[in-house]
Amino acid sequence: MFKYIVKRILIAIPLLLGMSLLTFVLMQVTPGNFFDTLKLDPQVSPETIAHYERLYNLDKPLFQQYFHWLKNLVHLDFGYSFHYNAPVSKIISSRLFNTFILSLSSMLVAWLVAIPLGIIMAVNRNRFIDKFLSFLSFVSLSVPGFFLAILLLYFASKVGGLPLGGMQSVNFDQMNFFEKAIDIARHLVIPTIVISIGSVAGLQRIMRGNLLEVLRKQYILAARAKGLPENRVIYKHALRNAINPLITILGYHLSGLLSGAALIEIIFSWPGLGTVMLTAVRAKDLYLVMASMLMGGVLLFLGNLLADIMLMWVDPRIRYD
Amino acid sequence: MIKKGLSPFQMAMATFRKNRLAIACVGILAVLYGSAIFAGFLSPYSYDNENREFSYCPPMKVHVIDSDRKLTRPYVNQMNLSFDKFHKRIYTEDKTKSFPIHFFIKGDSYKVIGLVPSTRHFFGVKVPGRLHLWGADSRGRDLLSRLLWGARISLSIGLIGVSISFFFGLLIGGISGYYGGKIDNLIMRMCEMIMMIPGFYLMLALRAAVPTEFNSLQVYIAIIVIFSFIGWASLARVIRGMAISLKQREYVLAAKALGVSDIKIITTHILPHTISYSIVAVMLSIPGYIMGESALSFLGLGIQDPYASWGNLLSEAMGIIQIKFSPWILLPGFFIFLTIICFNIIGDALRDALDPTLKSEGQS
Amino acid sequence: MSELLRIENLSIDIQGADSRKSLIKGLNLSVDDLQTVALVGGSGGGKTTVGLAILQLLAPAMKISEGNIFFSGKNLFECSQKQMQEIRGNDISMVFQEPLSAFNPVFRIGSQIAEVLQIHTDLNRKQIKNRVLELLDLSEVSDPKRVASYYPHQLSGGLRQRAMIAQAIAANPKLVIADEPTSNLDVTIQARILALFKKIRKELNISMLLITHDLGVVKFLADRVFILNEGRVIESGATNTIFENPKESFTKKLMELI
Repeated sequence: MFKYIVKRILIAIPLLLGMSLLTFVLMQVTPGNFFDTLKLDPQVSPETIAHYERLYNLDKPLFQQYFHWLKNLVHLDFGYSFHYNAPVSKIISSRLFNTFILSLSSMLVAWLVAIPLGIIMAVNRNRFIDKFLSFLSFVSLSVPGFFLAILLLYFASKVGGLPLGGMQSVNFDQMNFFEKAIDIARHLVIPTIVISIGSVAGLQRIMRGNLLEVLRKQYILAARAKGLPENRVIYKHALRNAINPLITILGYHLSGLLSGAALIEIIFSWPGLGTVMLTAVRAKDLYLVMASMLMGGVLLFLGNLLADIMLMWVDPRIRYD
Repeated sequence: MIKKGLSPFQMAMATFRKNRLAIACVGILAVLYGSAIFAGFLSPYSYDNENREFSYCPPMKVHVIDSDRKLTRPYVNQMNLSFDKFHKRIYTEDKTKSFPIHFFIKGDSYKVIGLVPSTRHFFGVKVPGRLHLWGADSRGRDLLSRLLWGARISLSIGLIGVSISFFFGLLIGGISGYYGGKIDNLIMRMCEMIMMIPGFYLMLALRAAVPTEFNSLQVYIAIIVIFSFIGWASLARVIRGMAISLKQREYVLAAKALGVSDIKIITTHILPHTISYSIVAVMLSIPGYIMGESALSFLGLGIQDPYASWGNLLSEAMGIIQIKFSPWILLPGFFIFLTIICFNIIGDALRDALDPTLKSEGQS
Repeated sequence: MSELLRIENLSIDIQGADSRKSLIKGLNLSVDDLQTVALVGGSGGGKTTVGLAILQLLAPAMKISEGNIFFSGKNLFECSQKQMQEIRGNDISMVFQEPLSAFNPVFRIGSQIAEVLQIHTDLNRKQIKNRVLELLDLSEVSDPKRVASYYPHQLSGGLRQRAMIAQAIAANPKLVIADEPTSNLDVTIQARILALFKKIRKELNISMLLITHDLGVVKFLADRVFILNEGRVIESGATNTIFENPKESFTKKLMELI
């Protein structure tokens, strides 16, 4: 197992580096840099601008810049953000945490809703509730996430009671720990609902499909032949087998969320990795962009790796070979 | 009696035709795309025809009974704008001034399918009347017209982008799988690298590389290129897998022995067998392109004002106040939804028709 | 000798997408106490369906169009789901053809056998645990403790079949339905499993309904034989009689295959 992980990481590293190079090149394709706005200001002298450019290596030839960045990367120095006037690592780490909270809560909600729904649909196959839920899930798969966000914001504003954006209320710093937790939770509600609706649809279809397939198996017939009550047949024998493949999706789901939630983050002004990426790209904040991309790629990779490891772990057929 | 054999394709089409929901969706899409093609003619105004006196005008009522209770040609009344004490807009119908709706009326100039100039519109009202069947936006631009013009961009980007991805994905995937070895390795690494980047982030970064001096047409092309670049990788991977198993088949070996060139083998023997998967994949990925363009335009990074795309039409809806008092600006969202659900239904139906075994939930 | 199982005039149809075909027509069969009856026919002829019909576990597409099945005098078609659950595994149990697919891959063998005891007996955990080992021992498993701790895929075909037999006799059923019990086994193991069946039914006073296409198995185990062809019983009688004097051509053809 350990060897497998190491092998995967070794393969990933050149890919990630390639990705960072691609990002670097893309940022350099358009002329100009972050300091263009400064250049337009007549009060700022060219010498000052030149000084800044020297400071951040922006005057050196391109591949020197890139190698310099790589060198710093080894020391875990991700460079400096011009826009935020702070080390990139500081910004990324705080934002990363926020994205994590949102992604994890969305994932939790999605799974807690999708699994029971999928079971209900499979057990009541082709009856009204199955067809109705199938229809709902199909519809929710087709609604663009940001449109759903707008609609929910509208309804929430009518109903009231929930904050409509951001992660913290204005008086956050004066709250005690408990109040802070609740405050963040309240801000999580709407964005979580938006993100999880999209996930629920797909998950529930997979759960339904898996369970239906398992229910056709011989060992389910054998379990019934043993005289087991139907509840036990479904919730003990069938479910265990139907959920196994789903565990592998956990990893893919998480990694998909971390990047897919970016648009929703932006709409709700949720201070996560997605919003930072947008701001950085708009401001041509070079090192912040590169670090964000790298982080995004790393998270995607880790999510997929986690999924593959879990696949090996939950299936005793693979485990014991 | 020997029945004339049907090719698998014909059998699939027969199954597809039985699915009435899918056929209905094809019809809906035909209407949408048809409207987009003839947007200039069908819409009463050009997309940039603005009039601040009609800012956020609500959808206007069309009357067919005149003041004498007689049936008459459809007409609308003048809308007068006033503000209440909260500075909220109020529109009142002025029944004294009415404007009949004319058909084939002369209006803003446009080019039919971008080539032939014309000023005839399907319907409209004579100046100084104004017709807003589905309301107006903040600048008083007719929403119906902008929806029709926006359809051109939103609907076409999906089709064109997907075609390019499809072409490259098939070709590169086929080559990679067929040749194997170093070429395969290199291509697959590239695919993995592209797929390793979170889609949204890649889209942003690629967009950042587009020069700001580009005019709208160039931006449009650039966006298509961006999406194609993101999209070909996953299709290529699957095609490559199929190609690897297909190249062992006997008819491929026979063709090789006969000296058929590699490219010919790939295009005539291998790729056609991937068609059923490819078509379904393409159909089901068009929604992604449409959503992507909408998202980009919504963020202000795609099609910019004054040009319309359903995405940037929706960006107006970002302000809650607007939605509360002018809910019709949400219409673009419903159209995006409608288009996407149609493609999804058709894609599902095609998948069932082409290969029932691909369906994850089967019958017992 | 009293009658344990009686199938009266059973007809089963298959409901397809557009059509309804007859699978079994007017089947009459009975199994007496302590008797082993064989239902013989070609593969896919619907024999397994008869076994499943007894347990009321037919697939939704299979429709019973007429007939009754009586067990110890009770009409099984008039029993509720709950009553059937009492009977399954307890009074009537089934040994399946392919033991690998008949066991749940994610649970250990021991716990799956224990389940039968949990449902149908009042034994406590410790007693169940010991009984499982006893049952495996009865099925001639040499290391019951180790086998009980294994997952189904870790055992050989023969051991799996023994485990399935142990599971089938766990609650002391009166009737065991054995569906092609040795068809998927190595020839060398087949004989031992058949001998095991003989031993167990004698020790536990079990009646058997043997479903098979293999007449060699029939000769070894069965007292009476029912020959099934195209959904109907075309010949029946005591095993010796059938083997010495097959009347129908189909029966004669089957004999030639031994």
